[in-house]
Amino acid sequence: MKKIHTINRRDFLKTLGISATSAVTLASCSSEKDKKVDPNSTYTGPIPTDKMTYRSFAATGEDKVSLLGYGCMRWPNLDKPAADGNPLDQEQVNKLVDYAIEHGVNYFDTSPVYCQGWSERVTGNALKRYPREKYYVATKMSNFFVNPNMTPQESFRRSVGMYEKSKADLQVDYIDYYLLHSVGGGTDPIADFNTRFVNNGLIDYLMKEREAGRIRHLGFSFHGAVELFDYLLSKQDEYHWEFVQIQMNYLDWKHAKENNRRNVNAEYLYTELEKRNIPAVIMEPLLGGRLSRVPDHVVRRFKQQSPESSVASWAFRYCGSATNILTVLSGMTYMEHLQDNIRSFAPLVPLTEEEKQFLYDTADIMMQYPTIPCNDCKYCMPCPYGLDIPAILLHYNKCVNEGNVPKNRQDPNYVKARRAFLVGYDRSVEKLRQANHCTGCNQCSPHCPQNIRIPQQLERIDKFIEQLKQNTL
Amino acid sequence: MLRKIRLTLAVIFFTCITLLFLDFTGTLHTWLGWMAKIQFLPAVLALNVIVIIALIALTLLFGRIYCSIICPMGVMQDIMARIGNWFKPKSKRKLPYSYSPAKTWLRYGVLALFIIALIAGVGSFVALLAPYSSFGRIASNLLQPIWIAGNNVLAYFAEKAESYSFYHVDTWIKSLPTFIIAAVTFIVVFILAARNGRTYCNTICPVGTVLGFLAKFSWFKPVIDPDKCIQCGKCSKKCKAACIDYKAFQFDYSRCVTCGNCIVACSSDALHYQHITKDQQVHLVEAAKANAEKIAKREAAKAERQAKNAEGKEKVDDAKRSVLTATALLATASLAKAQEKLDDDIIKMDGGYADIIEKKAPKRLTGITPPGSKSAKNMYSHCTACQLCVAECPNGVLRPSTDLMKLMQPVASFEIGYCRPECNRCSQVCPAGAIKPISIEERSSTQVGHAVWIRDLCIPIADGQSCGNCSRHCPTGAIQMVLSNPDDPRSLEIPVVDEERCIGCGACENLCPARPLSAIYVEGHEVHRVI
Repeated sequence: MKKIHTINRRDFLKTLGISATSAVTLASCSSEKDKKVDPNSTYTGPIPTDKMTYRSFAATGEDKVSLLGYGCMRWPNLDKPAADGNPLDQEQVNKLVDYAIEHGVNYFDTSPVYCQGWSERVTGNALKRYPREKYYVATKMSNFFVNPNMTPQESFRRSVGMYEKSKADLQVDYIDYYLLHSVGGGTDPIADFNTRFVNNGLIDYLMKEREAGRIRHLGFSFHGAVELFDYLLSKQDEYHWEFVQIQMNYLDWKHAKENNRRNVNAEYLYTELEKRNIPAVIMEPLLGGRLSRVPDHVVRRFKQQSPESSVASWAFRYCGSATNILTVLSGMTYMEHLQDNIRSFAPLVPLTEEEKQFLYDTADIMMQYPTIPCNDCKYCMPCPYGLDIPAILLHYNKCVNEGNVPKNRQDPNYVKARRAFLVGYDRSVEKLRQANHCTGCNQCSPHCPQNIRIPQQLERIDKFIEQLKQNTL
Repeated sequence: MLRKIRLTLAVIFFTCITLLFLDFTGTLHTWLGWMAKIQFLPAVLALNVIVIIALIALTLLFGRIYCSIICPMGVMQDIMARIGNWFKPKSKRKLPYSYSPAKTWLRYGVLALFIIALIAGVGSFVALLAPYSSFGRIASNLLQPIWIAGNNVLAYFAEKAESYSFYHVDTWIKSLPTFIIAAVTFIVVFILAARNGRTYCNTICPVGTVLGFLAKFSWFKPVIDPDKCIQCGKCSKKCKAACIDYKAFQFDYSRCVTCGNCIVACSSDALHYQHITKDQQVHLVEAAKANAEKIAKREAAKAERQAKNAEGKEKVDDAKRSVLTATALLATASLAKAQEKLDDDIIKMDGGYADIIEKKAPKRLTGITPPGSKSAKNMYSHCTACQLCVAECPNGVLRPSTDLMKLMQPVASFEIGYCRPECNRCSQVCPAGAIKPISIEERSSTQVGHAVWIRDLCIPIADGQSCGNCSRHCPTGAIQMVLSNPDDPRSLEIPVVDEERCIGCGACENLCPARPLSAIYVEGHEVHRVI
């Protein structure tokens, strides 16, 4: 992702509608404004360290959370895992964390299962170099191992073990934001929720931890079935959810359901939370990059509107513009992502109504592309049979967006597209991890927060590839 | 002029035939495939009468120009000889060779052994001696990996540049014995060629011996005109075949490869490429007699002088013998890493990859030969083990056999890829008729083996997971899924093979998730048939 930003400072201020205080600085460089590039431009100038937009709990005024939250699910990897098995590049992570904190980011969201289980430890290592009050850390109860066959005692013991390990790995005495991780899945989501949190007494334990101050705020992250969402909100008096993490972006606002009937449109989720004054934390604002890696003419559309801002910045400003939001999480692997996102939120320039409509129209256009809604979260991994599921789906999406998925041999683009698809496939996915090795065992699908029917999709892609290889499309 | 034409043609032939072996994209054989088919031994094995007659006619007319132009092994030796010359003392660089008598017993002895082996069907011995096969092994084992490495460098940069013009290709040693044989052949031939030119062609090469016999009777020959010859001996010292006895005005035409170097070397215009009449022949013999007397007198006088001076040093001529030996295969005991057992206390973490254990070849009772080869017998009796099909196979299926009786002949195995339905490239390139040309349609209905299921390894049985990947990828629909327990409609499904429909392509074996041994594998058939 390449980001080039060069908005004229004047235009930018106009949009902001601020004038008086800045007028002095503006005047100081006005004499050469037409010829010289403004050294303080929001898009080409230095990235501001003191302009981050912050949000607090509306009811209590508690906390001051940066609107940009750091998602710790996509930390950069080492070329080879370290001797202890740690796949993450701690040095690089420290750099990113330092830069983020220096520029006002103070919310870090992780989980015991992220990055093959190393995210908490690595994030903790980076954060412990700062005073505890300098940052908020969010982590989750990812007790997906609990199943109905497990005794409540066993499931409680292991879950609490996970909670304690989180604190140990993060190297903190208390957790600022603690979430029940990814509720709403399973064939019977309410029963599933009860098995994981209620029948074993875990939720009572966590609420006690909240009272004791070792958990400062308790909430849940939601994917999947709407009945569970409604059910949990109806129990607000009992549980006092202080925040809820939802998937929201301009595509999912109205189109989440179209990808899968089990998904819930963000519009509904957000509105329900707003009604109850429960602030939302936003995940997948960029859909794992699907909203920045878009077809050429969609890029044109964005750039026509604002030539200097990145495609990704639209998605972040969209989420930030909603007011009942604490923070927008972004899993930033590269420094350039971090810098671009800081520009988007330091300070936030809220979208106008027209701009919002522009995004909804863009979403309609994007929905015409048959991409697979994979956000590269890697929850499906590791596949026990060695497949690289996200890489396969991402390669397919890339080819869809680049027009390299020909319909048939009569396609004028066929020869070129065929080569791009097949050569690119071998480059993106190791041969032994390609779709033709899928056994269809379906161990992956239950983990997918987007409810993608992974084996069916892989089989479809594999059939397509066979047709390309055999020239029988 | 003659030499220039010869050089130009030789360079063209050599380059093209080498490219034929290097090319892994399957595009060149359409244009250059005939170059392999006009090689002598493959033509004989393919019973390609037209080519054989043409080559015999060519030799009877012009002498052994086959060895100077068409045979890549011959041209390769000329290149090696040039390289070898760089390392010779300056005095010998220009005139590096000298006449030596023919080693007739060795030549015909090897030829006799070769013919016996050919008739008795000892393919590995035939393959070891055949010049084209030797070159093919050198090209595919030593040169193709370098070529592919170059391609992979380009592919690396192409990937950086988001270009699809080059793609990465895997390369590996397909069979250690064959690789060693190729390397040893290369080294031995290099040493022979660098020191003494065409020694290989005139001692070991059976094709050279046969053509040499024919060349004795060829219409055009290089001839010394005794009236013009000044006995300088340059021609002889230029002759890489060591076949010019200038003192006797004689050529050993069975060894002359008609390269034309002697004609260029002659400073007194005494050498011509022409037809010899009977009269000329008589004149030559007479002149030789006279010259011999002259030399004898001179020698006698010289001997007298020398006897006075000191005792002469005897020159010992070493007989160079080269023996090509096949080396036994080093058993590479691959330490199969045991699949890490998931401790039930370990929580499923997100991301990362499961280890993939390398596939191992099953023990097949009968080896698999590629479609088009008709039968194991046909393959066995025609294949020259030139490795062209192995170099061509884009799926990593064909590799040289390590079985001593059919050493280096191609066999199929499916650890890396499988015999893809859209591919018939091996059949298109084979020059020897071991793999007959076969269309895609024929290929898809030719049964070369059949799949065998191993219950205990099958994923539904071993892992308790649903699978069916073999069935999904069977191009002929020969594999169906049935209940593992007929009484329980919810039991996992297992594959069953319809041996009548199975063509033995190996898709099931290659794509079977069971590792290191597949739960379904192909057993070869002695005789192929169309289903």
